[in-house]
Amino acid sequence: MAKVYEKSPAFFDTFERKPSMQKTTHYCPGCGHGTLNKIIADQLTELGLQDKAIFVGPVGCGVFIYYYFESAAVSAAHGRASAVATGVSRANPDGVTISYQGDGDLAAIGTSNAIHAANRGENMIVFFVNNNTYGMTGGQLAPTTLIDQTSTTSPTGRTVKNDGYPLRMAEMMAGLEAPTLVARVGVNSPRNVRQAIKVIKKGLEIQRDKKGYVFIEVLSQCPTNWKKDTKEACEWIDDVVSKQYPFGVFKDMTDERDAVERRCERVEFSAIAKQLGLEADDSSSDAQIDMDKDATQFKFAGFGGQGVLSLGMMMAQLSMQHNMEVTWLPSYGPEMRGGVANSSVVVSKNTIGSPVVELPDVLVALNRPSLEKFGPLVPEGGMIIYNSSLIDQVPADLKGSVFALPATELATEAGTAKAANVVVLGFIARKAAMFKLADLEAFLTETFKKPALVETNIKALRAGWEVAENL
Amino acid sequence: MKKLVKGNEAVIIGALVAGCDAYYGYPITPASEIAHAASEYFLPLDKVFVQAECEVGAVNMVFGAASSGQRVMTASSGPGISLKMEGISYLAGAQLPCVIVDVQRVGPGLGNIGPEQSDYYQVVKGGGHGDYRNIVLAPSSVEETYRMTIEAFDLADKWRTPVFLLTDATLGQMMEPIDVREEKTFRSDKSWALDSKPESNDNLVTSIYLDFDDMEKHINGLHEKYRQICDAEAKAEVYGSDEPEIVLTGYGIVGRMLRSVVDALNAKGVAATLVRPQTLWPFPEKILQQTVKADVPVLSVELSRGQFIEDVRLSLPHNPVTWYGRVGGNLPGIDELVEQAEKCLKEASNG
Repeated sequence: MAKVYEKSPAFFDTFERKPSMQKTTHYCPGCGHGTLNKIIADQLTELGLQDKAIFVGPVGCGVFIYYYFESAAVSAAHGRASAVATGVSRANPDGVTISYQGDGDLAAIGTSNAIHAANRGENMIVFFVNNNTYGMTGGQLAPTTLIDQTSTTSPTGRTVKNDGYPLRMAEMMAGLEAPTLVARVGVNSPRNVRQAIKVIKKGLEIQRDKKGYVFIEVLSQCPTNWKKDTKEACEWIDDVVSKQYPFGVFKDMTDERDAVERRCERVEFSAIAKQLGLEADDSSSDAQIDMDKDATQFKFAGFGGQGVLSLGMMMAQLSMQHNMEVTWLPSYGPEMRGGVANSSVVVSKNTIGSPVVELPDVLVALNRPSLEKFGPLVPEGGMIIYNSSLIDQVPADLKGSVFALPATELATEAGTAKAANVVVLGFIARKAAMFKLADLEAFLTETFKKPALVETNIKALRAGWEVAENL
Repeated sequence: MKKLVKGNEAVIIGALVAGCDAYYGYPITPASEIAHAASEYFLPLDKVFVQAECEVGAVNMVFGAASSGQRVMTASSGPGISLKMEGISYLAGAQLPCVIVDVQRVGPGLGNIGPEQSDYYQVVKGGGHGDYRNIVLAPSSVEETYRMTIEAFDLADKWRTPVFLLTDATLGQMMEPIDVREEKTFRSDKSWALDSKPESNDNLVTSIYLDFDDMEKHINGLHEKYRQICDAEAKAEVYGSDEPEIVLTGYGIVGRMLRSVVDALNAKGVAATLVRPQTLWPFPEKILQQTVKADVPVLSVELSRGQFIEDVRLSLPHNPVTWYGRVGGNLPGIDELVEQAEKCLKEASNG
């Protein structure tokens, strides 16, 4: 005689992940979860997907979904199953990721995560078990609770005034472009179960074929919290609940969609080095820069847009190539928008402690506010280079040696006022005898790449260099 | 090969060298360059990069990826770390290896985007619910940010636990050279992880234990592991005199500034020593105890109003420990710190 009903092999024989009563489920009598679990298990078996399945459990009555299915499983925080499932799905592109969530979990605390997983079209199937209540937590109001339906937090019934309208998740999901299949089914009658089997099978086939996101809302009876017997509860779904939440397939793009492969690879260091642009560095030299002191502190200041941050970066980069310790610290935030941007650079033969430059050995001031702000901080013996193209008044209280450099004019002559910072670089390099002209030119060629830009910047560099040479 | 990078970019280069498989994050200043670099480098290498819908989403995607045995990370700054705390508690409870970066900014509330160290309690003492600990590494330079990111992945795997990298706005935004080359990393066996193979069917990743005795056993197991981590992983840099008259202590950006203060004090004839904790949990209390002799005063500096100092005081119950710090986004000057150290010495000698 043929068996017409048997336990699905996708279930454990005994529920060993359950701490006690390992032959029975934790579901209340008459609950729809058990029927849904059975349908999923049967379809996983039929499609041969049990070993590929990874279950993400929610918080709610589905929390112990892992008791029953003999598949890899993870429990998520309340509402987070779709986000956890995203991580699982991306890490297991060959798996079948199943997120099993209830109304509180998916339609309240985790709505954002659920909608965005759907909108990314993650390869996952989400079962949204809608029984219009927080079952596990004790029958509180859910976003899906019907108008006038009582709950432990709406004891006289849900009102629109206080709680708004019941949320139709399937319709909402179907409004998104990405999902492949969106449907609402029921597990309350043989007729609805037959339809549910069809839809769930299709949803799992979509997962097998990596064709994107599937959302299946399941109207499920909760005799316990509805305070109805099983028969009444099942009938109530057809007579009342399904009027608010109609059954149907709201979206089916199965035939239009291609498989989505999201790769997840481990790579060799050589591939990383290539991606980072790390090539054998022949421009660096073992010889350090010959400086009077062990460390020189630079402050480059000017308007935002005058290139003071990149001037600092060029100084740091060049010094690094000359085997020096360097730090580069930008000013940012309100200060930057207020007119004075600056970068601090420390170039040292030894390990650098503080990267903050309080008393600069070298100050470059490309506009008047920065000369006024930082000029007086340069100690005796220090160097102040100011942009005489834009600054006509020099504060009287400066202690450092002051050099007027018409940086903007020289840069404009070279081809663009934007190269004022490179004029300064040429001046400092020559004046402080830090770098050779040829090294600088090679550096600019490497930095700017485009021939026209390289030419302009080399002109600007030489202009600054010559001013220093002719002092 | 040397590369001049921002601290935030160094995190991602370290992650790549450590074989990080996936990055899940959400933008926030001053941590966003981490996400920028991750998107730039991860996707072309066929690694996972997802900008999540929110911080909570990001940390739970990390949870899913870590459950699946991936090397995975996320990064944010204080306000975002506050949001991630729920997920971090679950990660600790389920013993999932992952790396979380907090580029600290000013708080409470929106605060501002300047540097502070006021997430110390949140990151070092917990932040999420329940009785758990996370390893917390505190770099003080861009190079150390790079090294410690690699180390963080190894520690996370070794101990099956989340590891924090605690930096700040200054360290994240400043540039220094890092020396990038192939490094040995130690990926642990993850046969417990979720997989799409028959042999993983019995694998379950969870933090729920309904039975009280099972739960107690799990928590006690976590704490036995934490005890072993305390014995094995506490680290600090000690710099300066062997016989200090004063000991300075601080972590991260402050730690490196104190190095300059030690030099300045030593130049003035004051024997000073820096103890810079490199792990904040476990706190290197033994190193502090060995360095700070009886009656030697300690100046504890932080960019917060007295969080870090609690661990210094717990480590040195019999020494005079003085707090100094700046908040709001300000960094102290070296002269300012030298003055505080001298004041601290003077007060100690006056008894």
